Amino acid sequence: MTAVFQVDHLKKSFGGLDVTRDVSLSLKKGDRVALIGPNGAGKTTFVNLVTGHLRPNSGRVLMGGEDISAFNPMRRVRAGLVRSFQVTRLFADMTPEQHVALAILQREGKSGRIAGSFRAMPEVMHETYAILETLNLATLATAPVSEIAYGQQRLLEIALAMALRPQVLLLDEPAAGVPHSDTFLIESALAQLPNDLAVLMIEHDMDLVFRFAKRVIVLAAGEIIFDGSPREVTKDARVREAYLGSYAGAVNS
Amino acid sequence: MQTFFSIGVDALAYGMILFVISIGLSVTMGLMRVVNLAHGAFAMIGGYIASYAARDLGLAYGVAVILAVAGTIIIAVPLERFLYRRIYGAPELTQVLMTIGITFCVIGIANYVFGPTLKTIPLPSELQGPVDIGFRTIAAHKLFAISCGIGVAFALWYLIERTSFGVKLRASVDNTAMAAALGVRTKIVYAASFALAVGLAAFGGVIGAELLPVEPYYALRYMVTFLVVVSVGGAGSIPGALIACLLLGAIDTTGRYLVPEYGEFFFYLAVIAIVWVFPRGLMGRAK
Amino acid sequence: MTISNTSATPIRPLAGVGNNWLRDLAGIAIILAAAVAGYFLFPNNLALLTRMIAIMLFVLSLDLVTGYCGVATLGHAALFGSGAYAAGIAAAHFGITEPLTMVAIGALGGAIAGLVSGVVILRGHGLAQLVLSIAIIHLFHEAANKASAYTGGSDGLAGISPEPILGLFAFDLWGRTAYVFGIILLVVIFFLLRILVRSPFGMLCRGIRQDPVRVSAMGASVKSTLLKMYVISGLVAGVGGGFNAVSTQVVGLDSLSFTNSAEALVMLVLGGTGTLYGALIGTIVFIGVEDLVSAANPFHWLTIVGALLIAVVLFAPKGLYGTAAAIIERYRKDGR
Repeated sequence: MTAVFQVDHLKKSFGGLDVTRDVSLSLKKGDRVALIGPNGAGKTTFVNLVTGHLRPNSGRVLMGGEDISAFNPMRRVRAGLVRSFQVTRLFADMTPEQHVALAILQREGKSGRIAGSFRAMPEVMHETYAILETLNLATLATAPVSEIAYGQQRLLEIALAMALRPQVLLLDEPAAGVPHSDTFLIESALAQLPNDLAVLMIEHDMDLVFRFAKRVIVLAAGEIIFDGSPREVTKDARVREAYLGSYAGAVNS
Repeated sequence: MQTFFSIGVDALAYGMILFVISIGLSVTMGLMRVVNLAHGAFAMIGGYIASYAARDLGLAYGVAVILAVAGTIIIAVPLERFLYRRIYGAPELTQVLMTIGITFCVIGIANYVFGPTLKTIPLPSELQGPVDIGFRTIAAHKLFAISCGIGVAFALWYLIERTSFGVKLRASVDNTAMAAALGVRTKIVYAASFALAVGLAAFGGVIGAELLPVEPYYALRYMVTFLVVVSVGGAGSIPGALIACLLLGAIDTTGRYLVPEYGEFFFYLAVIAIVWVFPRGLMGRAK
Repeated sequence: MTISNTSATPIRPLAGVGNNWLRDLAGIAIILAAAVAGYFLFPNNLALLTRMIAIMLFVLSLDLVTGYCGVATLGHAALFGSGAYAAGIAAAHFGITEPLTMVAIGALGGAIAGLVSGVVILRGHGLAQLVLSIAIIHLFHEAANKASAYTGGSDGLAGISPEPILGLFAFDLWGRTAYVFGIILLVVIFFLLRILVRSPFGMLCRGIRQDPVRVSAMGASVKSTLLKMYVISGLVAGVGGGFNAVSTQVVGLDSLSFTNSAEALVMLVLGGTGTLYGALIGTIVFIGVEDLVSAANPFHWLTIVGALLIAVVLFAPKGLYGTAAAIIERYRKDGR
């Protein structure tokens, strides 16, 4: 089976500093992959290279075999590469219902319509509520986002990604900012993601990583130093070095 | 050749006046990220005070300049404390509204107190008449304006690069939170740079009164010009502001000499072209 | 994070669709009631009320880009003034004096100006955007001043004499026809704009105002969406400008001025941004007070506008309508 998403020898340097050195990886349909790494490993740069917010010095990004390296961020989304944000980026005075409906309308190419309301479009309403119900957000559908709990805002962030029906989903720390006792809610939401969707999750919470991912990739100093099963990652000598080394050297972990 | 020379001198004098007035705006915008549309109003207040001191009270030009700078700062400090501090970090629209409100108030009050007529600031005899510089003669007040601009540029360079205040200022411009964490009292730095900015504006307003005449709508008339300098030069950049002033001074003066019937059409066209090509300013830093 | 409301049937206010229509009808009813009241209360001041209508259309168009899309602009009069000059030039130089056609030409002129302004202003962000907006209004002003053969320059464009509307309703000396014509235009445009701001496109614009990064992460183009709104805004401002040319029969350079742009922004913020109702209320209050005060001393008026702006920023950032709506909302919640 061909890779639905592929990164080919991606390199990026700022000034003389190599932040991403020759990173290659590929995802198949239905993959659940976690990308981890100590602080300063270059995870954020990698995400920005993939989403098109940064241009690499060399290397390619492919979706289903098609080279999307020249696409701007917007076209990459349309090509099926969707991201979520580490810090929620939502529209404060809009409701969850409006958020999800807007994402669906955008996906269907109807977001430019200057008349009519999504509420009068049965298929949009149906799908909106199907997604909200999947994530237990339906009861809050018409409350302004600014009035709902942060954990639920995180769920809405996932709902938006689902509404765009991506082929590849880049989850940037989906549980960031959520109290540890509530990460199970995020986890059960992630379990609802479509089976054929390829997911690349960047996460610090190792419990979540181990329960969610079937495969773990470790990025350190801009390089992939490990790509394998979650069971083996803690035993790997280079991974231990990268993490424990950074603990010994840095003050803030 | 004569025209060319005249344009050159006028452009240089005009550019330097622009620089003296706008450099404070550039520094405060780089520092406090406040879009201050009222900056020109402070230059105007300076002009009015100097005019009152020199023409109505008959004080010496130098005294009038000092009174104008001090008086404008005294007026501006409470404004910083009670109005500007409320809009640091606020959305742009809020800043625009507040500072345009201040501008309107200043215009209204100035007109009420001083009347709608043009106010002159009598020059001392040394600054009147032409000065012979060997092969040409230049109006003395233009030469004075040019040397003031150069003086201000050097003084600012020294202040920012060579003094401890300059270190604190640069640190605060680069990263306010970090500077505060390192013990820089950023509120004091803010207030001091605001006072400095306003003082320079007032100074520029006085020495530039021959080229930018003092009248109630001064604050509105030159609002864009000062903002353009910052936008074109890049907020917080002294060399950027200097280049922008000389460039805009040249464009505006050339336009007035060669195609006066088009008014400021070409000036604004040039502004759009420059901002279009350099949306972050000539010397602007990437975000 | 506990989900407090665990009832099996989620609240699904599909009735909201009907609610919206009802609220719009109520809004239009209030506008019409105010219009009738204005007609009978100020029979000798219809010219002022008619000018108010033209400015309302202008401020509504500004609300579209500033209130709904978050673009801070001090150059919006370019759209209004272009509409006014387009309609005025069509009448004075090309003999197109049918009022509806004039307004349509105004709308077209406004839309073109909107496209040009949008392309220029959206190039920058923050300060650069503001500077571009100020530069564009000055550019339009200087261009109109220079093209005096068509625009009359600083003397203004005169010689506009519109025919009776549809050949039936002649413009009278008391300005009654113009007033009624304006009210009809205003109600139609207001109704269309209510539909627009509720549409998917309207939602997308609100999204852009709050977080353009999120909008582009949805795969939508921020820039082309804003540009489209600028053109729509130009249509509305152009209708206002065209109507102003029809009703006053002159077009002055001040319609293309920075002051006109700034005043429109003041009116919008005074009433409240992003609601459409705020635009109407702000215009009424501003022009009403202006008429009272400026008769005494125009410079006092400027001081008052300035003080008003500062007061709005400090004490009522949501504007008159927004603040009133918030108070009513709180009162209703407490009442329960």
